[in-house]
Amino acid sequence: MSENSEKFLNKTDVIVVGGGPAGISCAVTIARAGKKVVLIERGKFCGSKNVFGGAIYAEPVREIFPNFETNAPLERKNTEHRYAILGEEDATTVSYRNNDSNPVSYSVIRAKFDRWMADEAKKEGVIIVTETVVRELILEKERVIGVRTELENYYSDIVVLADGVNSLLAKQAGVRGEIDPHDVAVSVKEVLKLDNAKINERFNIGDKDGCIYEIFGGPMLNMLGLGFIYTNQNSISIGLGITMNELIKHKLRPYALLDKLKEHPAIAPLIKDAELTEYSAHLIPEGGYKKIPTLYASGVMVCGDAAMLVNNLHWEGTNLAMISGKLAGETAVIAVNKNDFSAKTLSKYQQSLEKSFVMKDMKTYKDLMGTMAMKNEQFLGYYPKKINSFFKMFTAVNCIPKRTMFRGFIKSVFKERGIFGLFSDGLSILKLLWSILR
Amino acid sequence: MKNENCMIEAKLYTVKYDADTVSHLVPDEESCKKCISKACQTVCPANVYEWNDTENRLIVNFENCLECGACKIACEKHTLGWQYPKGTKGVTFKQG
Ligand SMILES: Cc1cc2nc3c(=O)[nH]c(=O)nc-3n(C[C@H](O)[C@H](O)[C@H](O)COP(=O)(O)OP(=O)(O)OC[C@H]3O[C@@H](n4cnc5c(N)ncnc54)[C@H](O)[C@@H]3O)c2cc1C
Ligand code: SF4
Ligand code: SF4
Repeated sequence: MSENSEKFLNKTDVIVVGGGPAGISCAVTIARAGKKVVLIERGKFCGSKNVFGGAIYAEPVREIFPNFETNAPLERKNTEHRYAILGEEDATTVSYRNNDSNPVSYSVIRAKFDRWMADEAKKEGVIIVTETVVRELILEKERVIGVRTELENYYSDIVVLADGVNSLLAKQAGVRGEIDPHDVAVSVKEVLKLDNAKINERFNIGDKDGCIYEIFGGPMLNMLGLGFIYTNQNSISIGLGITMNELIKHKLRPYALLDKLKEHPAIAPLIKDAELTEYSAHLIPEGGYKKIPTLYASGVMVCGDAAMLVNNLHWEGTNLAMISGKLAGETAVIAVNKNDFSAKTLSKYQQSLEKSFVMKDMKTYKDLMGTMAMKNEQFLGYYPKKINSFFKMFTAVNCIPKRTMFRGFIKSVFKERGIFGLFSDGLSILKLLWSILR
Repeated sequence: MKNENCMIEAKLYTVKYDADTVSHLVPDEESCKKCISKACQTVCPANVYEWNDTENRLIVNFENCLECGACKIACEKHTLGWQYPKGTKGVTFKQG
């Protein structure tokens, strides 16, 4: 078949590359507006290549699938959120419980959840092509007009890139450069089988309730890294993400850190005798606001992880992916209606993203990762350890008068950090707070 | 190191793969010889890369790849040829 007749036959209004939350949300938005859209996914099914903590957030999911709570494969509704600051052997945990019948998030298994979303999108008219890798974009006069896969070419008026953190295509489109090891975290995860009753007991939760752990320190003391635990119906997801740069600098293997985390005295009892059912790994964009690429060019838009839209501190990514996908979808519909696929028309996507919580949140935390990376030894090493030694001192019962212990503790902080050090730490915190709140 | 190898093998044993016959990961042999950090080896969550001293060559156990992309970004010389495996090949997460 000649390229020209192929262009005619194999053409849709929009091609979406990637069947994760961003791509599916985008494609279903376009199909609902009555436009022809094909979604190309490289995995055996949508979700088969995807890994996260994790929890999906009810409100953003509802924006795309209003009734998802009645038929999506959900594991548990999260009612308890724990923040654990691990020292080398000890731990301080803050926990917040809310048994609200309207939960903020649910734990899910991506291989099931993404697949479910894709099936729903299919019912609404999205053509889903799986087991197909998009190798490159087809350009004509600097405009993206289609994609080349291993087998055939697909053509469209707009291509949306929702191909995840590695987005080789965004690079080809010229909107994104190479990723720097500072701007991405390597994460490893294990799903551990444990029966329902044991999970309820160990996490002190009800049958359908879930508990989230956000973990600081431990094997990641002094390093830019975060650990997590999520409870599923009959399994526990445990993992961590650590800036790639730290791994290279300290010559650490990611899975060795996870094994250490699993052995920590505050974590080990939670997962005792749980059997490993699946190991996985994935990258997390970590560059924050400053590393967001241009989100559009002639005939193309970028959303989700491909656009580096992740809020690391809160383990938020699927929500930003879904909303950015939806907004890109809405812009695509406008462009198709106008029959105008210029960068100018597609810039509406960027504008609507700026107005939404997505960019606002990214902006709020724009200095967070930088400050943490710069002051890692203090904020991710010294202070987490010190918080634990405070509680060690505070809970101690011995024959030393309390006041002597308190004074000793305060003295030790001054001695270890020095007046100048404390001043500089305080200033960094104030600056960071100012950048978040202003 | 031996112990670490055992640990990761047990983990990878739980992963479902459909391995291709050709590697989707192609290091540049000359760069690897000059490379000091061997950063690909450090960051890889699946222990895909092994430096072989006697052969003076990087061995690539591409069948174990989890397709995360870390090695490509970490590569000291920016010369690691990296592609996704064919659509029908590679890893399939049952949970993820
Ligand atoms: C360890 C970890 C924990 C996380 N925890 C959470 C959490 O608890 N809550 C949360 O909201 N977020 C979490 N995130 C972030 C979240 O997973 C991502 O932000 C989200 O998945 C991004 O969605 P996406 O659709 O942009 O990309 P992805 O989900 O990565 O989807 C991209 C899709 O594109 C496909 N693809 C890629 N290239 C091609 C190609 N060339 N051709 C065809 N198909 C292609 C892939 O197979 C994949 O299906 C976590 C991430 C990690 C790694
Ligand atoms: S980091 Fe790059 S150059 Fe160095 S050994 Fe690995 S692939 Fe070769
Ligand atoms: S893509 Fe990830 S799993 Fe595969 S070889 Fe590179 S670092 Fe290892």
